[in-house]
Amino acid sequence: MELNARIPAGPISEKWDKHRFELKLVNPANKRKFKIIVVGSGLAGGSAAATLAELGYDVDCFCFQDSPRRAHSIAAQGGINAAKNYPNDGDSIYRLFYDTVKGGDYRAREANVYRLAQISNNIIDQCVAQGVPFAREYGGMLANRSFGGAQVSRTFYARGQTGQQLLLGAYSALERMIGAGKVKMHPRTEMLDLVLVDGHARGIVTRNLITGAIESWAADAVILATGGYGNVFYLSTNAMGSNVTASYRCYKRGAGFANPCFTQIHPTCIPVSGDYQSKLTLMSESLRNDGRVWVPKKAEDCRKRPREIPEEDRDYYLERKYPAFGNLVPRDVASRAAKEAVDSGRSVLAGSPAVYLDFGNAIRRDGEDAIRDRYGNLFDMYERISGENPYETPMRIYPAVHYTMGGLWVDYNLMSTIPGLHVLGEANFSDHGANRLGASALMQGLADGYFVIPYTIGHYLATAKQPKVSTDHAAFKAAEEAVKGRLKRLLSVGGDKSVDYFHRTLGVDILWEYCGMARNEAGLKKALQLIPELRERFWKEIRVPGSASELNIWLEKAGRVADFLEFAEILCLDALNREESCGGHFREEHQTADGEAKRDDHKFAYGAVWEYKGDNQAPALNKEQLSFEYVKLATRNYA
Amino acid sequence: MSDEKMKITLHVWRQKGPSAPGELKTYKVDNVNPHMSFLEMLDVLNEELLQKNEDPIAFDHDCREGICGMCSMVVNGRPHGPRKATTTCQLHMRSFKSGDEIYIEPWRAKAFPIIKDLMVDRSAFDRIIASGGYVAVHTGGAPDANALPIGKKDADEAFDYAACIGCGACVAACPNASAMLFVGAKVAHLGKLPQGEVERRSRVLNMVHTMDTEGFGACTNHGECSASCPKEIPLEAIMTLNRDYARASFSGDE
Ligand SMILES: Cc1cc2nc3c(=O)[nH]c(=O)nc-3n(C[C@H](O)[C@H](O)[C@H](O)COP(=O)(O)OP(=O)(O)OC[C@H]3O[C@@H](n4cnc5c(N)ncnc54)[C@H](O)[C@@H]3O)c2cc1C
Ligand code: SF4
Ligand code: FES
Repeated sequence: MELNARIPAGPISEKWDKHRFELKLVNPANKRKFKIIVVGSGLAGGSAAATLAELGYDVDCFCFQDSPRRAHSIAAQGGINAAKNYPNDGDSIYRLFYDTVKGGDYRAREANVYRLAQISNNIIDQCVAQGVPFAREYGGMLANRSFGGAQVSRTFYARGQTGQQLLLGAYSALERMIGAGKVKMHPRTEMLDLVLVDGHARGIVTRNLITGAIESWAADAVILATGGYGNVFYLSTNAMGSNVTASYRCYKRGAGFANPCFTQIHPTCIPVSGDYQSKLTLMSESLRNDGRVWVPKKAEDCRKRPREIPEEDRDYYLERKYPAFGNLVPRDVASRAAKEAVDSGRSVLAGSPAVYLDFGNAIRRDGEDAIRDRYGNLFDMYERISGENPYETPMRIYPAVHYTMGGLWVDYNLMSTIPGLHVLGEANFSDHGANRLGASALMQGLADGYFVIPYTIGHYLATAKQPKVSTDHAAFKAAEEAVKGRLKRLLSVGGDKSVDYFHRTLGVDILWEYCGMARNEAGLKKALQLIPELRERFWKEIRVPGSASELNIWLEKAGRVADFLEFAEILCLDALNREESCGGHFREEHQTADGEAKRDDHKFAYGAVWEYKGDNQAPALNKEQLSFEYVKLATRNYA
Repeated sequence: MSDEKMKITLHVWRQKGPSAPGELKTYKVDNVNPHMSFLEMLDVLNEELLQKNEDPIAFDHDCREGICGMCSMVVNGRPHGPRKATTTCQLHMRSFKSGDEIYIEPWRAKAFPIIKDLMVDRSAFDRIIASGGYVAVHTGGAPDANALPIGKKDADEAFDYAACIGCGACVAACPNASAMLFVGAKVAHLGKLPQGEVERRSRVLNMVHTMDTEGFGACTNHGECSASCPKEIPLEAIMTLNRDYARASFSGDE
């Protein structure tokens, strides 16, 4: 597998401008002759589909929800970063670039990150022009706040619903193009395979989720913007339908999958309450500004009411371990510390891991009204879900899987190792290295869709010079047959276990246990033994009733879980291979004396790109060596 | 909060397809944990139906955190159920008590045809937005975001209207199946901002026209829409819509 990142030469601040000039253009009159498939309608896919249609391309866009407006980008709460430096507090493109490379624990490509920081400002301009109602100051200017891992206020927000407002902006642009007949939208349609002709990505095979119809779509290029794979863990903050199927099918067609083990665990989520639980809900990181995290010092106090435990019997472990940053340490550090507290037998929830996030002090200090003003909607949400009033009793929280930094490998043009297949947003292996900073995913999704792909895909189309193909081509027929065969196989097992049983066992009992917040060689090897065993059982014991030619919720889920069961193995292989701790990937063997992550830049300053070699063969590991010319490699330190 | 298991009787609308006849079917669910969400309770029921080889209940859902707008069912006669400002996915079983009978039905409106069981087709909402619910700017070339100051009050109010999740509960709650609250929310959101000003007239005319041709009913001021709206979009949205529409209709040429 050839990994040519195609990073333009020259000083980092000039690379993108120079590159844009050198990219080949498609003549305006010719654009409508090119058909582009966009899979996904989130921030990345929605913005790409709208912008490409505005440029004149003929676009087909797909999503599995009933409307493009419901992509999971809608759930993002906190905000979006940009280097506007409106507060005049010392921000700059260079600082955003620097913070993002450092925050990612030096496992991202410098040139991409720099471009992201450059583009960040255009995104805010574009969104405001669309009518996105960002928070404002009394003077009418845009408001900013600070977010984890940064010392400047560069985060733009729309109350606790930033993702919703940005997505509705992209959605309105997309709908405008749909109304104008420039985009054909296919909701409730799931991509189940990628079709290659002469080595180029030329189309997809989909299943209509209402009728069950298997259909082929041909195009001149394919864009994948299908989000993250966090649901491989079963419980996560992702939506119920979030999946790895689209990316994984591309992997099986030859696209390299990079850094699958880089998963992000968010420290403040509402804990699991029972085995019926279907998903986890995030509570915004901003709560840690006023909430203090603690567990009782003595395990026997854990069943007491929290207010009955006197101050001296409480262990404010973040403040104790990290006096400088206290409750505001980065996500990965806060998450691991919570696990450590619970592992020492001090969970504050019977039968489930949890720690307290306590607003008692803040309420005594600032008054209940002030706290309500700051976090009212979050407190309400907590109360709705948990049934407890956080003004009176501390919240119970625990880390949960939230975001995946890994994804399909892409070059500087966002093209995968398959010519013509471009990957945007959370689905690519992205600009976040081993750890994503808060408010940077929204920025990346929109940068990719609004401002990068519209240039780079033109270059591909202008230079690839592939003949037109139609869905009559044998490659489409073969892919359709493969898809139908897989569905038939799922329907014919006739066992007695439900899909959710397998999904839960894979996610909770295997991945979360052995490849979650802390990983070690023995555990990963154990997982690598358990996953194939579970997969074998899946194909013997699963029950999928109904048929493929109708709406069939079990079949939909079964297809996704079948792919998770294969993909999980690469995730664990990657975690086993990476014998260092960096960002969201913590290998217990590689820590400092005080339990902090220890990177190994000498051996592991590379992107690990996995290549499919056949169903019963181990995937091959390819490496994209990273070089750091601008940001000096250093140890992250928050003590 | 008690953890005692609850016994619930459900009466669920079952309908195989758009033109098939439908009926309420009764199911007993024992062992309901009060901490379960309403949809998790339905998941448990579907698992039981699976073991009995019965067709699962089809319902829409995705984010399960009250923001995507996908979940949509009428619970005991109220869209999204009994809790104020709460989508079905955020409703928890502790809002009910053991022994309760719960009626679950789909959104009912001519413009939202039933697909199966509790699932309906809300694509009419997308078509309304496509006909004018946007600011027609191309990507690129936007002026600096701070070039045009917008008062905090206007920005906050625009946000209040923009918070609509497009769920359709307003239509389901309305005796006329009117979409005025949904359309009003978009018109009011963009109307509060200078960016929306240029297309104010064409927007409202086009969106209302599409709303009418999609088969939504007229507004006769019941106010059920706003009372059922999980995002508490205020009735002022409809007043804004009416005012803008009247002005646009009477303002002669274009
Ligand atoms: C609860 C939560 C809060 C967050 N908060 C923040 C925040 O404050 N700031 C921040 O920067 N980031 C945040 N993030 C991360 C950020 O929201 C996501 O990374 C980002 O929105 C992903 O956008 P996307 O366009 O790549 O994918 P998505 O928005 O997930 O869109 C995926 C699209 O692909 C489609 N799709 C998927 N699979 C298929 C298939 N097989 N066939 C057809 N279509 C398919 C879906 O229908 C959907 O349209 C948050 C994430 C979560 C979960
Ligand atoms: S106005 Fe309220 S009820 Fe109607 S679609 Fe929007 S959020 Fe749903
Ligand atoms: S499932 Fe998203 S709002 Fe209910």
